Amino acid sequence: MHTSDIYVAGLGVISALGYDLKANRHALQSGESGIGAIKHLKTIHKDVFSVGEVKYSNADLEQASHLPPGTSRTALLSSIAAREAYTNAGLHPQTGLKIGFVSANSVGGMDKSEDFYSAFSNDHHKGKLRDVVGHECGYSTELVARQLGIHHYVSTISTACSSSANAIFHAARMIAAGYLDVAVAGGAESLTRFTLNGFNTLMILDPNPCKPLDENRKGLNLGEGAGYVVLASEYALSKLDTKVYCRLSGWHNVNDAFHQTASSPDGAGSYMAMQGALRKSGLRKEEIGYINLHGTSTQNNDLSEGTALIRLFGEALPKLSSTKAYTGHTLGASGGIEAVFSVMSVMDGYVYPNLRFETPMKDAPLHPVTSFDIDRSIRHVLSNSFGFGGNCSSLIFSAT
Amino acid sequence: MTKKVYIRSVGMISPQVTFAQEVPLGISTIHEGRRMNAIEPDYKIIFGPKSIRRMSRIIRMGSAAAVECMYHSGLIMPDAIITGTAYGCLEDTIIFLNKMEENKEEMLTPTAFIQSTHNSVGAQIALSIKCQGYNNTFVNRGLSFEQALLDAMLLIEEGDVTNVLVGGIDEITNTSHAILSRFDLYRSAKSDLLIEQPGKGTMAGEGAGFFLISSEASTSDMAVIEHLSMKFDPDEKLNTAQWINDVLSDLQMKLSDIDLFILGHNGDLRNDGTYESLQQAIGDSAPIAYFKHLCGEYPTASSFGLWLAASSLKNGRVPFSAEDFLQLDASSRVLMYNSASNGHHSLMLLSAC
Amino acid sequence: MDKLIHDLKVQIIAQLNLQDLTPEEIGDDQPLFAEGLGLDSIDALELIVLLQQQYKVKLASAEEGQTVLRSVRTIAEYITRHQPQD
Repeated sequence: MHTSDIYVAGLGVISALGYDLKANRHALQSGESGIGAIKHLKTIHKDVFSVGEVKYSNADLEQASHLPPGTSRTALLSSIAAREAYTNAGLHPQTGLKIGFVSANSVGGMDKSEDFYSAFSNDHHKGKLRDVVGHECGYSTELVARQLGIHHYVSTISTACSSSANAIFHAARMIAAGYLDVAVAGGAESLTRFTLNGFNTLMILDPNPCKPLDENRKGLNLGEGAGYVVLASEYALSKLDTKVYCRLSGWHNVNDAFHQTASSPDGAGSYMAMQGALRKSGLRKEEIGYINLHGTSTQNNDLSEGTALIRLFGEALPKLSSTKAYTGHTLGASGGIEAVFSVMSVMDGYVYPNLRFETPMKDAPLHPVTSFDIDRSIRHVLSNSFGFGGNCSSLIFSAT
Repeated sequence: MTKKVYIRSVGMISPQVTFAQEVPLGISTIHEGRRMNAIEPDYKIIFGPKSIRRMSRIIRMGSAAAVECMYHSGLIMPDAIITGTAYGCLEDTIIFLNKMEENKEEMLTPTAFIQSTHNSVGAQIALSIKCQGYNNTFVNRGLSFEQALLDAMLLIEEGDVTNVLVGGIDEITNTSHAILSRFDLYRSAKSDLLIEQPGKGTMAGEGAGFFLISSEASTSDMAVIEHLSMKFDPDEKLNTAQWINDVLSDLQMKLSDIDLFILGHNGDLRNDGTYESLQQAIGDSAPIAYFKHLCGEYPTASSFGLWLAASSLKNGRVPFSAEDFLQLDASSRVLMYNSASNGHHSLMLLSAC
Repeated sequence: MDKLIHDLKVQIIAQLNLQDLTPEEIGDDQPLFAEGLGLDSIDALELIVLLQQQYKVKLASAEEGQTVLRSVRTIAEYITRHQPQD
């Protein structure tokens, strides 16, 4: 059985902006960025870098997620947001539907592994095994799937910063092909010393709150969180007591094939990803009402993405912004969190400001939205996620 | 799936002499101890010294297997590249963790970090051949390779692509082996007796297996993938024989229609019980071949199993088995079933072409 | 300066894993990036750390690296100018 339309029937999110959809919505509307000093992550860089940290300790998150003490923060965040989406869509184990869980992350349970490794590296008999048992990317996914009672199809994708965008449309394709009726899809990521130090070696971190798309941007702020959408076929909708948010109407995945970490200066990967998503959706580019950019605030990404946008849209750029100025760059979770924001944009006409923007980039001048707005004429929203390894993905959400 | 999916070519680096072998040799390499290390080619010859400096071991393994596979496919470029790896790039992950420890988070360098992401192998292959097509990496533990393969078959079914390069890769490093050993997974054994003489534990393995799968038939095709199924069964409720019977019955087939079974026993008594009901159901109806005494146990070991199945159908006999073990012909069907711990089950049905 | 230039070549080869090169094969004024030795942005970052670790010389940004890291000689000159006196 092949279904043509893929609907979004549920949302769940946790980020630096707040614990759930309501808190995130409120912060987005009021222009309150979640970027600030590091509070929970133990690192020597604690007072150096601004990050988008979730404002709860592991103990708080363990309690909220009902996962045992010592569980990886990635799994904790994943559990909370995935459960919100699951419940939000009216899902329960007795629907009789084929339900899948497709989650993404880039470093799995590294927050605990790096603690294990500190002890282990001096003495191979040291280090608590329970700290490393959840290391694998797929471990968090399966832990949460089991909590939700999902076992029909459980998958984990890891393509750096495009991970959860890829997870979302892999789930959509599984539904379209008839393997699944419903899927909870997105991703999660927690802050770790590994990623903080890793990005620091690339000299692309801004110690201060970041300024995406700005000529004077200094780099990105790392963030953490989790974001999931529930995708459903028309058949599944008939069995669920839920509202329909919108459709996932377009998607595309390409590889920039330019360099291990840098994007090509002409934005080839970004361009092809966006163009491909438009082609899949059958939309004309004029129909896009808002673009949620990847917009990490690095010299390289914003210029590359900006170049691609101008090439694709010319003078007629739609409203656009990067919400990473609110949440930081949540790596493997970014596609999922930003999918949730994009769905809200389609549903409620939200147009998010590109916080702290002052001066357009000389070489690819974009003029993002700078204050929160509601535009009910928006029917189609494009969301970009581009990652290390050249993995570029774009999603399009459309009003029903 | 309505479209036929052909395995046109393979490239395999494993603890056996499998790389760049037209027909795999008859004699298997015997490993002794708790792990089986891959037999690797001289990567400098394949890639040149300039390229390999930024390729860690797993990236070299994966890239070399991919190069081999593409070479035999007769194609310059696949339409998509999809990889499956559970552990990802361990060597670089550990190098970076070590440096973080030693230098207390100061004066760290980027190379190990950027190569540590799970998609590095797939990304490097795309970069080296400038393939801008669909590129994805699955990392779901013992089903990573299966999900990569499923995604590839899905792409082909959707009709936008014809040829997809799919690979399963995982490595052992001294550190990862030391850590995993603490979970009581391994025992010291001689690999040729690993399954014949089971015990408490298995031998660790590693490898990189790449397949060019296509919707277009060619004269050099090795096998047809008739069916791929998987199950996540963490609570151990699955009746394996029943499941396999049901899958076959949906395909209008029975167990007795299978000419060769390839099973994923790993010589660990705690694991191999899963196969009992199936073995009983199979009875004497067809020979059973094993593969983990050749490649060891690792999350993407089913890629070696698939290689074994495809090579068996292509060459008419099972690699590294006795001459008189089995002859396969143009009507033969092979069923591979693998069960790793943690409730992962996968089933692949192949036929000759 | 000659000793510094030679030492730098040895260290660069080690740091960047340029196994097939000997110090003699790197020209003092040979461009290190793009053409010449063909190093890239990741190598630049590695070299910035090398300068810090070996010579206690800190570059402010990756951009500053573009001028300083042009050739082995420009690196040596920069170190000579900026190395803290013990």
